[in-house]
Amino acid sequence: MSREREQGMSVIVKTITRLTVGLILLYGIYILLHGHVSPGGGFAGGVIIALSFVHLMLAYGKDVALRKLPKPATSFFEGMGALLFLAIALLGFTGGYFFLNVLGKGEPFRLFSAGIIPLANIAISLKVGAGLFAIFVALVLLKYEAEERR
Amino acid sequence: MTPQAHIVPLFIILPLAGAFLTSLAGKRFKGLPDLLGVASTLGCLVFSLVAVRLVRLAGVLVYSVGAWRPPVGIALVLDGLASFMLVTVNLVACLVFVFSIDYMKRFTSKWKFTTLFLLMLAGMNGVIVTGDLFNLFVFLEIASVASYALVAFGTGKQELEAAFKYAVMGTVASLFVLLGIVFLYSFTSTLNMADMARVLAVKGPSNIMLLVSVLFLMGFGLKAALVPFHAWLPDAHPSAPAPISAMLSGVLIKSLGVYALCRIFYNVIGMTPQVSSLLLFLGALSMVIGVFLAIGQWDLKRLLAYHSISQIGYVVLGLGLATPLGVLGGLFHLFNHSIFKSLLFLNSGSLEYATGTRDLRKMGGLMHRMPVTGATNLVASMSIAGIPPFNGFWSKLLIILAAVQAGRFGYAFWAVLASLLTLASFTKVMKYAFFGPLRQEGKGVVEVPFMMRCAMVLLALICVAGGALLVPGIREVFLIRATDAVLQGLRYGTEVFRSVV
Amino acid sequence: MIAYILCLTLFCVGLYCILRKRNIIKIIVGIIIAEYAVNLFFILVGYRWEGRSPIFSSDTPIVDMVDALPQAVVLTSIVIGLATTALLVALAMRIYGKYGTFDITKIRELKG
Repeated sequence: MSREREQGMSVIVKTITRLTVGLILLYGIYILLHGHVSPGGGFAGGVIIALSFVHLMLAYGKDVALRKLPKPATSFFEGMGALLFLAIALLGFTGGYFFLNVLGKGEPFRLFSAGIIPLANIAISLKVGAGLFAIFVALVLLKYEAEERR
Repeated sequence: MTPQAHIVPLFIILPLAGAFLTSLAGKRFKGLPDLLGVASTLGCLVFSLVAVRLVRLAGVLVYSVGAWRPPVGIALVLDGLASFMLVTVNLVACLVFVFSIDYMKRFTSKWKFTTLFLLMLAGMNGVIVTGDLFNLFVFLEIASVASYALVAFGTGKQELEAAFKYAVMGTVASLFVLLGIVFLYSFTSTLNMADMARVLAVKGPSNIMLLVSVLFLMGFGLKAALVPFHAWLPDAHPSAPAPISAMLSGVLIKSLGVYALCRIFYNVIGMTPQVSSLLLFLGALSMVIGVFLAIGQWDLKRLLAYHSISQIGYVVLGLGLATPLGVLGGLFHLFNHSIFKSLLFLNSGSLEYATGTRDLRKMGGLMHRMPVTGATNLVASMSIAGIPPFNGFWSKLLIILAAVQAGRFGYAFWAVLASLLTLASFTKVMKYAFFGPLRQEGKGVVEVPFMMRCAMVLLALICVAGGALLVPGIREVFLIRATDAVLQGLRYGTEVFRSVV
Repeated sequence: MIAYILCLTLFCVGLYCILRKRNIIKIIVGIIIAEYAVNLFFILVGYRWEGRSPIFSSDTPIVDMVDALPQAVVLTSIVIGLATTALLVALAMRIYGKYGTFDITKIRELKG
């Protein structure tokens, strides 16, 4: 029974997924990069990026999704995002205060402005996206483990 | 601003960096989690001792994160009470981590344990150091969620059930705290604790402050395991692995519960007679109910958990008296309880490591086979029962004297009664575990490894020497500064704004 | 005024779920509902009469905005809620693996 479900959903769902997953990822990256100009930012962008991978897993089954983003890579991105955020915060010490905005601020409402905020957004989105996907993978694997035992 | 003031964010940065590095590389390099953990906790301990000296020289240190001045930005405030709590938390964390290096070899994935432990430490340090109310809530949640995961670390049946109960109750408590913060924000329009103190000093008492007080008492009271919010503690503390029980009972319920209560009720909202009598009543209730429920227990860790409830009742009784002697006694007992309760839990961990059981009826006559564990357990039992000259005696004496001085003879009577019952309970522990005839199962028992013995002996030494903290020269540096920081009440606001750089 | 009372009623509904339901998953849903209610209440507290959304853009002037601080704070609070929910669900699945049931009246190994 669960062997069939592992193959994923029907052909219609698979076709639409193939067309839209890349667009969802791109949308997530757009929300992430414009976090200092419009609402959104690191957390929202990261969630949408994670959702694109989860969408892949729901439509095709866990094997295909884990081939695209294997578990060691997920853990690596998660840890890297956290360390990057801490490194950016420590960069503020060069200006005198913890978490100070040390890079050039530019003019408001442009894409390359507001100092360290876009970099912090990228770090947060790495951590949140990888973290959400890892939680989803862990819960799915827990379910399979429980089913195997029965 | 002096270069030394940069020490203040290091209390959060160091454990966080350790946690992130361990989660990234801890699986591949075998010795890395231990090394990073010891380095982080030892570093935090050294910095906390430096912080005590800094506060003595400079008074209050206010660090504006990101150069945004309060009340616009988040401020980290280091005053007498904060440095006192930092020394307590980091000292116990360092020694417990040294103990856990050998103890956790029995569990799998040690790097996961180190990551969660350092995250919990970062959360506790953040709660103590922060000067912003919502930042306090964020760090409270970091420490709480890490502790829920740590209680369930062994993934046995009992651990999971206890962890789920603890997690649901802890989440409800955090929701009450958040609701209180929302009401407080709508009344004062600011989230900075010093600014709130200034605004509330001007506005005076009102109905909404009564609601906020009740919500905070419910929320932080559950984190501190006051009766009637104690129901999670007797299940969560025994099921957790021994170093985690020591951390939970030793520092988590104090840093998240008692310190937050103290800071908010004394420095932000202002201590009123109603809140004072409520704290006294809840403290006395915890003292008595905790010790009565503890006497009949045969599971060693469950007995220790009920005694934690009782001793926290002592601390809240001392703090609720709102007199200088009472607050001094309460804070000193907080420090002492961290030391001897974590030592007691580490002892129970050693007993479990060596004999494989927690039931007192199955142990007996282990004093000769495990001399270090037996001796340190004797020291800790005498401390908690209040026998001179160990540190527990001095702090309990101060609390009882303060109660008599304030005219509350009933509370003093209950405090003495609880102390006698504690003595009876620990005589039972010593008799059944260490003295008495050696059983058949106990014949093959050996003493625990070196690191575990080291941690226990160091904690026992601090138990013995703890009374020296009341000597007039040392008292000014450590305890009196903390008491003054608490008793200054709503003047906290003006003090902090005067020291902003 | 009605909005605040409805928000607090939602919080009480969540609290009722946590206290009275027997299925673990329903308890977790109760926690989620109560959390959402508190977040919603926080944003409602920041409402200014006839204000617009607090987004700083180059063409409109900065007048008549609702309070922006609760919105930033609620964002953090939602993330905290996500982390707690994930942990609770993982615990619930492990409990199901060990005990075989989601009913809390049957999960009573620890006494008192």
